[in-house]
Amino acid sequence: MMKKLKVVLLVAVAALSSTACVTDDAPPPGLNLELTRATNQKLYTVALKSLEEPIVVNKIHPWEILLTNANGEPIDNARIKVDGGMPQHGHGFPTQPRVTKNLGNGRYLLEGVKFSMTGWWEIKLDIQSALGNDQITLNKVIALPVKK
Amino acid sequence: MKKNTKFKLALAAFAAIAGTSSLSFSMGGDWFGWFDSWSDSERAVLESMHIGKLGPAPKDPSNRVEDMRAAVDLGKRIFSDRRFSANQAVSCASCHDPGREFQDGRPVAIGVGTGSRRAMPLAAAGFSPFLFWDGRKDSLWAQALGPLEDPVEHGGTRMKYARLLSEHYRDEYERLFGPMPDLAGLPQDAGPFGSPAERAAWAALSDKARADVTRVFANMGKALAAFEKTLYYGESRFDRYVHGVLSGDKAAKQALSREEKNGLRIFINKGQCVTCHNGPLLTDGHFHNTGVPPRVPGKPDPGRSAAIAKLQEDEFNCLGKFSDAQPDQCGELQFLATDDPRMAGAFKTPSLRNVAARPPYMHAGQIASLPDVVRHYVDAPKSALGQNERKPTPLSEEEMRDLVAFLGALSGPITEIRPEK
Repeated sequence: MMKKLKVVLLVAVAALSSTACVTDDAPPPGLNLELTRATNQKLYTVALKSLEEPIVVNKIHPWEILLTNANGEPIDNARIKVDGGMPQHGHGFPTQPRVTKNLGNGRYLLEGVKFSMTGWWEIKLDIQSALGNDQITLNKVIALPVKK
Repeated sequence: MKKNTKFKLALAAFAAIAGTSSLSFSMGGDWFGWFDSWSDSERAVLESMHIGKLGPAPKDPSNRVEDMRAAVDLGKRIFSDRRFSANQAVSCASCHDPGREFQDGRPVAIGVGTGSRRAMPLAAAGFSPFLFWDGRKDSLWAQALGPLEDPVEHGGTRMKYARLLSEHYRDEYERLFGPMPDLAGLPQDAGPFGSPAERAAWAALSDKARADVTRVFANMGKALAAFEKTLYYGESRFDRYVHGVLSGDKAAKQALSREEKNGLRIFINKGQCVTCHNGPLLTDGHFHNTGVPPRVPGKPDPGRSAAIAKLQEDEFNCLGKFSDAQPDQCGELQFLATDDPRMAGAFKTPSLRNVAARPPYMHAGQIASLPDVVRHYVDAPKSALGQNERKPTPLSEEEMRDLVAFLGALSGPITEIRPEK
C-alpha cells in the first residue's frame, strides 16, 4: 500500500515538473566547451574567439584562430579548413566559413561564421602545415541571454 | 510523526492541489497560474520571439536608394501598375495583393500563365538574406526583377519596362537615378529571358544598349524593393501575452486563452517548432527539408540545392555590376554554403506571423490547413527527395488542436513605415 502511494507521488511530481524543460535539445552533460584546445594528435594548440560579442543568432560575424605548436610558438603559413554544424539536428553551418586572412603571429581571420539557431554547435578544424596534418572539434553552445 | 502518517499527509496535500487545480481548470480558471508559469530559459525564448526584438530591417548596401522616400513612392506606384506585363493585366499586386497579406491565397501563383510555386507574403521580407522559396536571389531588388521577366508571371522584357518607365515615370526615375538612356531606334520588346524573337532582338543590340537598358531595369527593382522594405508586422496577441509574462502585467497575460498558452508551450518544447521558427519573425531564414510531398508526384522540387548556381550566376547579385555594394559587404554570397547535401529538397522557413490568414501552406500550397500542417509535422513522412530533418513527433489530438490555436494568435496588422525623406 505504501509502495503504491510512493509511486503515485513520484509519478505525479515527475508529471508536474516535465514542463520545465525548454527543448529536448540540451547539450550532452560534460561537453568540453573550452575554446583553447590541443589538436587530436597534439601537434598544435588552437585558441578560438569570436570577434563580436554577444554572438547574435542569424548574423554573419568574424572569429579569430590563434595557432601554436605544442610549445606555444605561433605557426604562420598553415592552411586551416573549417567545417561544422549541429550534431543533434544533423545539419551543417548555414554558411561556409573560411580563413580569409593570415594576420601574422599565428593569428588567422575566420570569416562567414553564422549560427542560425541557439544550441550546441561543433566547429571542426583541419590544420595542415610543415608540422603535419591534425584535426580538432570544438564545441560552442549558443544560448539566449537568460535574465534571472 | 510516523512514516505512514507523513505519506498520508503528503498524498492528501497532493490530492488537494491536483483536485483544486482540475476544478479551477474545468471552471475556465488557472488559480495556481500554471498556464503562465515559465522557467527562466523559457522566458528567454519567449522574449526572443517578441515583435519588439525585430528592430528596423538591416540595410542593404547593394541598393543605394532603399531609404529614399522618392524611391518608396515610385516603387509603390509601379507595384500596382498592370502595364508592366505581357498582357497589360498583371502587376506585382496581382499575386502580392496588399489586401490579402501581399499574397494570393492560391497553391501556385497565376500570372500570364500558371507558376510552379506559391506567392510568398512580403511583410518583413527585408529581413531575409535570400528571397524566394529556394533563396535564389540575394536582395529584395534582385528578387523583384525575377517575376517581371518570367514567362509565366509578368511575361515582359526589360526593354519594354524601360520604355514604360520612360513614358510614364520619367521625372520620378530621373530624380533618383539620373538621365534615362536614349531608347530611340531600339526595339519595343527585347530581353534575355523572353520569346525567341525577344531574345534575338536582345542579342542584336550593342553592348552599350544592353548595359543601359539593364541598368534601368535594375533601378526599377531598387525602387520596388524600397517600397517592399517599408512593410512590417505589427503586434499580435502573442506579443501582448509575452509582454505580460515578462512584465507581470495581469491584463496582458489574459491576451491568450488557455488552449493558446498550452499551444505555445508545445511550440517551444515538445513540438520542437521553435528550433527553425525562431526569433521575432518566427523564422531562422534558412532552408530545411521537412518532407513536404511534391506538387507533381514523381517530380520533386529540388529547392535550395538547385538555387546555388542561380545565385552565383545572377547578374543582379551583390557582387554584380548593378549592385551598389562593396565586395566585402556581400558576406552571405561570399560565404555561401555550396555543398550542403541537406539542401536537396530544402525550402526557406517562412515567417509564422499572420500564418492563419494565409492558407494553403508550403512551397506549392500542398497542405491546405493549419491542422493538416501540424499533422504533417507529427507524422514526419519520408521525403521524396533528400532527407526529412524532422522525426515523428507524437502529439495528442488535444495538443495538436492547442498548437493550431496558438498559431492563430500570431496574427496582427501589416504596417507601412515610410522613410522621412
